[in-house]
Parts: sequence; C-alpha cells; structure tokens
Amino acid sequence: MAYKIVKSQCTACGACEFECPNAAIKFKGEAYIIDPDKCTECAGQADSPQCVSVCPVPKTCVPA
Amino acid sequence: MADIISLGGLQIASRDELGKAMEGGGCAASSCGSKAGPADMDPAVWAKVKDHPCYSEEAHHYFARMHVAVAPACNIQCNYCNRKYDCANESRPGVVSERLTPEQAARKVLAVAAEVPQLSVLGIAGPGDAAYDWRKTRATFDLVQKQLPDIKLCLSSNGLAMPDHVDEIVAMNIDHVTLTINTLDPEVGAKIYPWIFFRGKRHEGVEAATILLQRQMESLDMLVARGVLVKVNSVLIPGINDEGMLELNKVVKAKGAFLHNIMPLISDPAHGTHFGLTGQRGPSAAELKAVQDACGDGANLMRHCRQCRADAVGMLGEDRGQEFTLDKLPEVVGDDGGKRAAYRDWVTREREDRRAAADAAQAEAADVAAPPMLVAVCTKGGGRINQHFGHATEFQIYEVDASGVRFVTHRRADNYCVGGHGEGETLSEIIRTLEGVPVVLCARVGDGPRAKMAAAGIEVIDACAQDYIETAILDLYAARHRKGALTA
Ligand code: SF4
Ligand code: SF4
Ligand code: SF4
Repeated sequence: MAYKIVKSQCTACGACEFECPNAAIKFKGEAYIIDPDKCTECAGQADSPQCVSVCPVPKTCVPA
Repeated sequence: MADIISLGGLQIASRDELGKAMEGGGCAASSCGSKAGPADMDPAVWAKVKDHPCYSEEAHHYFARMHVAVAPACNIQCNYCNRKYDCANESRPGVVSERLTPEQAARKVLAVAAEVPQLSVLGIAGPGDAAYDWRKTRATFDLVQKQLPDIKLCLSSNGLAMPDHVDEIVAMNIDHVTLTINTLDPEVGAKIYPWIFFRGKRHEGVEAATILLQRQMESLDMLVARGVLVKVNSVLIPGINDEGMLELNKVVKAKGAFLHNIMPLISDPAHGTHFGLTGQRGPSAAELKAVQDACGDGANLMRHCRQCRADAVGMLGEDRGQEFTLDKLPEVVGDDGGKRAAYRDWVTREREDRRAAADAAQAEAADVAAPPMLVAVCTKGGGRINQHFGHATEFQIYEVDASGVRFVTHRRADNYCVGGHGEGETLSEIIRTLEGVPVVLCARVGDGPRAKMAAAGIEVIDACAQDYIETAILDLYAARHRKGALTA
C-alpha cells in the first residue's frame, strides 16, 4: 500500500514533498522518491492521496 | 552582450570616474515601470519605487534586479504553463537552469550584489508560486535580509495562498508584490486554469476558478490595506480573456493596485503548454497595444515588461544569469555594500542632472506645433544614448511632441552585428521591427547599415552619442521643426 513517483514524468517541483502528511517524500539525488514504508496512501488523513492531487503532471504519482 | 558595468576592479573615488566607467563599459537597461517620476507621485510611493527597475520607468535606467528560482512548487495549473520546462507566472519560457536551495540562493545573491552595484531588488517569481512554496521563499528572504539589508525584496504569486502569509510579508518588509490575475469571470477562468489545489483538495472547472478569484481579490485588498505596493499581471489571451480586460483593469485600479501589466500570451507549441499544443495563439503587438490603450486611464500601465526568466540577473532586458551559476560562485563572498552605496549616490546626482537637462530641452520644444513623432533609441542604460546600433538587442521607442517625451514600448531586435559583421537578413528584420519609426538614435553606426536603413526610410543618427535620451529627442524634434518651418 504505497504510491510511487514516475521519475521520467516528474519535474522535481517539490509540491508533493510538502503536502505529504507523512513526510514520505524526499529529494534524492536527481528526483523525488516516496518511501513505501512511510506512505499510507493518505488513508484517514485526506480524501485523496495528496501527492496525486497536487502534482502538476498527470500519471506521475501512481500506485506502486 | 551583457555588458553591465562591473565595478569589481574600480575604485569609485568620484562621480566623474563613475561617469567615465559608464560610458566605457556601459550598463544595459531598458524601460520599465510607471512613467511617473517624483513630480507626479505621492512621495511615500515614490520612495518605495524609485530604485525598483520594474516599478518605476525611470529606475529601470539605473537599477538591476535578480530572480532566484527557489520555490518551484505551485498550487494551480495554468494552461499557459508547462512546469516541465518553466513557469509562466512571470518568466519567459525556457528552462530555469538551476534549482536552488535557500542557502544556495542567498550565496548567489551575495555574489551578484558584490559584482553588480546596480542591484537593488531580489524577486522570487517562479517557476512555481512564491507564496505557496512559502517556507523556501521565507528562508531565502530571511538569509538575504540579514546580509544585505539594502536590497529590496519582492515576490509574485497567483494569490491562492497569499492571504495566509500577508502578515509575515508585512513583517519582513516586503513592500512589492505581484499578483497574476487573468480574469474576473469564473467561466473564463475555467478556460485558463484546469485545476487548483486548495486546502488539501484538487478543485476543477468553474468551482476552481471561483475560489481562485475570491482569494486573489482578498490578497489584493489585504496587501493594499497594509500599504504593500501591488502590481497586477494579466496574460492577454485572444478570444479568451481579452474582452474582460478593461473591466479587470478598472477593478484592480479601484482596489488600489499600483500598476497593471498586461502581457502577451506566449504559446509556442515547442514549450509544450496546453495552449501551445491546442494552437491557442498569442496576441499580435497591435492587439496588445489596443487593449493597453483602451485601459489607458485605468491603473498605471506597465508597457515595458520583459517577461524575464525566473532566474534572470541584471538590468531589465539583459540576462547575466549564466555568469552566476552555482559552479561559478565563490565559496565566501565579501561585500560591504560600499559600491552599491556609492553607485546610488551617483545615481541621485545623475538623476537631478538628467531632469534639469530634460526640462531645459523641453522649454525649447514647447512651442513646436507639429504632429507627434516616434524615435527609437539604442541604450545600455543610465538614461543615455550609449549603445552601438549593431549591438542593440532591442530598441526603446519614445514618442515626442510639444508636451514632452514619453516612453512607448520596446521592440526586440536580433543582434545586427553578430560576431563583428553585419548580417543583411537581420537588418531587414530590424527594418520591419521599426515600422512607423522614422529615426533611430544610437552611439555609433557603420556607413553600410546607415545607408541601407536610409534606403528603407529610416534615418540612423549617431550625433548625440552619450546624451540623455529625453534631451536628445527633444532637441531633435525642436530642430527638425524649426528647419521645417524655414524650408516650407
Ligand atoms: S499518497 Fe499520501 S502518504 Fe503516500 S506519498 Fe502521497 S501524499 Fe504521502
Ligand atoms: S508534485 Fe509531481 S512533479 Fe512535483 S515533485 Fe512531486 S511528483 Fe514530481
Ligand atoms: S518579468 Fe521582468 S520586467 Fe516584468 S516584472 Fe518581472 S522583472 Fe520586471
């Protein structure tokens, strides 16, 4: 139960990083990545996965 | 060429030396901001804008700005923006070359401030939204303010997150904010913004545009109420928001916006924006001017915006960003602000001089009864005619008549003198660019281009090299019409 970021799509804007309620998203090297152990898919914290909602690029934050 | 004056190796002992340095190295500039000078402006407002190259047309001749791209995250999506490449909020499409942390940005500002005494403003203007990505914006401003208290701070935002930070903005002495507002009509907004992200949720369509508009108006009211100068930017999109632009101009003026900057949509398909891909065209220069003219008595219009990159450095109309990339920055930058203080001193006296000279020339032209005339000027800044015709990457267009000289717009020109030899192709492009402008004033021009320009009906004059722009234009106008009167 986690999301991941499709690296080739990501513009590295960082919006997902500070919307994630679990601090699961970090900038590593060249891109943002989601730590699957921390990601809860925002269950119980928001109506929808926050990274998906804020990401400007469609189909970039997707279920792992 | 980005040949801003570098005072690095110079001892600024006197104003004369600085004057000489300006003539030699020159500093690039262009035109900007409110046309109003101190005479017709509230002194409190003038104090805020007098050194801001984007807010005061006079200041653009003397001062430089820099943008740092520290806040790339955005809370809305605009159809004219593609963040894979750049943000549209306030930057010309083109990749922002570096993504900076606040610490890196502060180091860069320090390095530029030490090199470029004209620097007076640091702005955060995309890609992304400076008020949404607030932690990075604030951290950057905090660091800079501690080390360079004389540099003014400004930011630009779509307004959605702005109301949450207005108090901090006031507390941090940020006294200029740019809000991008494209329409008052949520139906129209829905055609510009596919979605917004607000309070944890993505909203779409008219609902999204309604929330955004309401927050934009709230931002404008809050900022104005606290004495922050607000410039409103609008992207003119033919067939979408052009009809409402007049009304928008009236409303933002009534709410106290200081400047309204109506900018053309840039929609090259190569930039990959929604509008670019769907073939939405940008306005022609004539359409843009027609809308700007119709808004003439609305909020002061800004006619000189360069739609700069979000990481531009230098005088408006130039970009020295490549000289200050991270890998070129010194580890430790020493700066005591002395050069900037000396430079500002010099500017104060130079401005007085220039104004007095213009007043004198004005008196000469006051009784000329002739139609207004357009004049193009090649300048590197300092308010003087000091650029070689072949080096101009843009022409500043002025209009003159008996009531005085007014800046009208700038027109871009590709560097005629690429690599030291002129290119016929570019020259014909310049002739097209200068349509309707019979005279060009520059510091120097070769015989070849002068003859070709003359054949096209455009006179290129280098007799008033180094003169103040206003003075030279007024003298020319007065002389022309005296001559005309004799031969007639
Ligand atoms: S789904 Fe929620 S918890 Fe998981 S990475 Fe995205 S924002 Fe964070
Ligand atoms: S919001 Fe999307 S584009 Fe931006 S960093 Fe996260 S995954 Fe990348
Ligand atoms: S884009 Fe350039 S000209 Fe326009 S406001 Fe910003 S710095 Fe000034």
